[in-house]
Amino acid sequence: MTVLHPAPRYASNEGVSAAISAALGDMLLSTKEEHGEILLTVARDRIEDVLRLLRDEHEYQQLMEIAGVDYPSRPERFEVVYMLLSLTRNHRVIVKVTAGEKTPVPTVTTLWPNAGWLEREVFDLYGVLFSGNPDLRRILTDYGFEGHPFRKDFPLTGYVELRYSEEDKRVVYEPVQLAQDLRQFDFMSPWEGADYVLPGDEKADVPPVADPKTTDGPNKTGAGAKADAKAAKPVSEGAPAEKEAAAKEPGAPKPTEDRPDELPRSEKSRDTKGATETDKDIE
Amino acid sequence: MSGLELEQSPTTGDDTISNYTINFGPQHPAAHGVLRMVMELDGEIIERIDPHVGLLHRGTEKLIEHKTYLQALPYFDRLDYCSPLCMEHSYVLAIEKLLNIEVPLRAQYLRVLFAELTRISNHMLNLGSHVMDVGAMTPNLWMFEIREDCMNFFERASGARMHSAYFRPGGVHQDVPLKLLTDLADWLDGRAPELFDDAMSLVVDNRIFKQRNVDIAKVSREDAIAWGFSGPMIRAAGIPWDIRKSQPYDVYGRMDFEVPVGTNSDCYDRMLVRVEEVRQSMRIMKQCLAEMPDGPIASDDRKVVPPKRGEMKQSMEALIHHFKLYTEGFHVPAGEVYVATESPKGEFGVYLVSDGSNKPYRCKIRPTAFSHLQAMDFMCKGHMLPDATAILGAIDVVFGECDR
Repeated sequence: MTVLHPAPRYASNEGVSAAISAALGDMLLSTKEEHGEILLTVARDRIEDVLRLLRDEHEYQQLMEIAGVDYPSRPERFEVVYMLLSLTRNHRVIVKVTAGEKTPVPTVTTLWPNAGWLEREVFDLYGVLFSGNPDLRRILTDYGFEGHPFRKDFPLTGYVELRYSEEDKRVVYEPVQLAQDLRQFDFMSPWEGADYVLPGDEKADVPPVADPKTTDGPNKTGAGAKADAKAAKPVSEGAPAEKEAAAKEPGAPKPTEDRPDELPRSEKSRDTKGATETDKDIE
Repeated sequence: MSGLELEQSPTTGDDTISNYTINFGPQHPAAHGVLRMVMELDGEIIERIDPHVGLLHRGTEKLIEHKTYLQALPYFDRLDYCSPLCMEHSYVLAIEKLLNIEVPLRAQYLRVLFAELTRISNHMLNLGSHVMDVGAMTPNLWMFEIREDCMNFFERASGARMHSAYFRPGGVHQDVPLKLLTDLADWLDGRAPELFDDAMSLVVDNRIFKQRNVDIAKVSREDAIAWGFSGPMIRAAGIPWDIRKSQPYDVYGRMDFEVPVGTNSDCYDRMLVRVEEVRQSMRIMKQCLAEMPDGPIASDDRKVVPPKRGEMKQSMEALIHHFKLYTEGFHVPAGEVYVATESPKGEFGVYLVSDGSNKPYRCKIRPTAFSHLQAMDFMCKGHMLPDATAILGAIDVVFGECDR
């Protein structure tokens, strides 16, 4: 792939990953070269040996950064990512290990003193444990904070908020209360695999109700006694309130086989011709 | 009373003064923000320092995971608010590296121009406050004049004095007027170096300033490397390491500039390295102004860079692109990169993990201050209490970036 982007250009990656894999042997689990970066995944309990080897034999003198990443779907959900820089060879590599919530990663404070705070940060934000780190305290979050906020299952809003209480004359912590729900705008196109349900689509999956609610009379609104009472009132002054007509109401017609033909009407039906036929006088 | 008695210790001799602990900050003008340092002192000698950071932690990295790539950009201005454009620089380069997108030459020149202007503006603040921390008032006021000029130039380019959001993935947000470039050239030829030289003439050979800084917090080359130093901190230790020179990005490869290094690796050298960097930055800016070609200021890849508003009003296709890019945003190919640039304070890196969607899966920001501040304990050990402010001033620490 030709390089078009203007990002920092360091020494060529050619042959580097082969040389490192030969040196690391079975400590190396996988190696990948992507977007111009060399990514080495190594065995967790050998990380100190790997980094010592890279520092002493391969001239990666500086540890620039340790990053944590959370992939909740994986069996070992965390990745701890070490960014190494070689000042003499002008090159960078990325070394990774995976870790679970209860599987500690060996510390590298023995190799670089600045790893101390970097590991504290990963511990604070993700809860990855570093065995051997002499000072594994929280670093970025509040004194007495609970939880590990950068995990993917930690809500963006957090759980507690704090304010200065005039009564207590101190800062108090309270469960977070949002005046408005946190809005998460997702503009992904619904045709390209959006993982949310479009408004209205949720009705398609609702099973039919076994005992559907019916409203027998106009005053049985199904919305409670108050609404029923209101519906029973006459609509306007003088109009009669509709009465319960259930007793007089003819039942539903029986099936055709058991039922004789309908009797002719006893009274003369009202002539409705005038309503349906045009008046000859107008023509 | 004889002289001998006067020199005697006020204690009877068998009392021992135990060490005591004080809090430096979080509300201290020399703490450069919200730094709390728990200091263990033996008299006035610092025995141990435990810096407590994180008082300005805003969870920027988590917020970025919930924003599209473009929406996340303004968070970078708010990291190191003294050099906002250099923060954006790492981020846009990381996105461009994942996208492998070509950026037009004029945009690269504009970025370098404004990154260097940011460097000048940052160093003005740092040198001024460092000088003020050790007792001088006037140079700070003079250098704020230059800083004010820088702010005005940022405003004329982007509309904002500090939080510019000017660098965009694929280029810059908008072109600059010609008058701004000519005014910048005039400023670089006249006012800026004059003011700066005046201010420095008060400081550089000043006896008090030297007494407070020379031989304070000397760090060997080996220590500087082991502690992960970068920027002026590692250059003062005599290591000519500058990412602009060693790993050139944008058009830094075309620029002719020197990398100043220190010889003594103390606070005074760190300050002098910054002074020379300001002069080199002015040199780079002049080259940018002289060589900058005409042409587009952002990539013409319409799947990344939104069309201009005028174009959007005329063309249906531009309208669709504009709508899609400002709602859904662009998608970045899956992968991970670590891109570091030379910010005024040192190596500022962005580790960007993309899962192929329109939002970053993880965006780890490598602050420069983290490794420098961590070394406070070993740099301050054995020094006097007032030296801590000089050391802190020479580190150049800003808590927006340190705490994120």
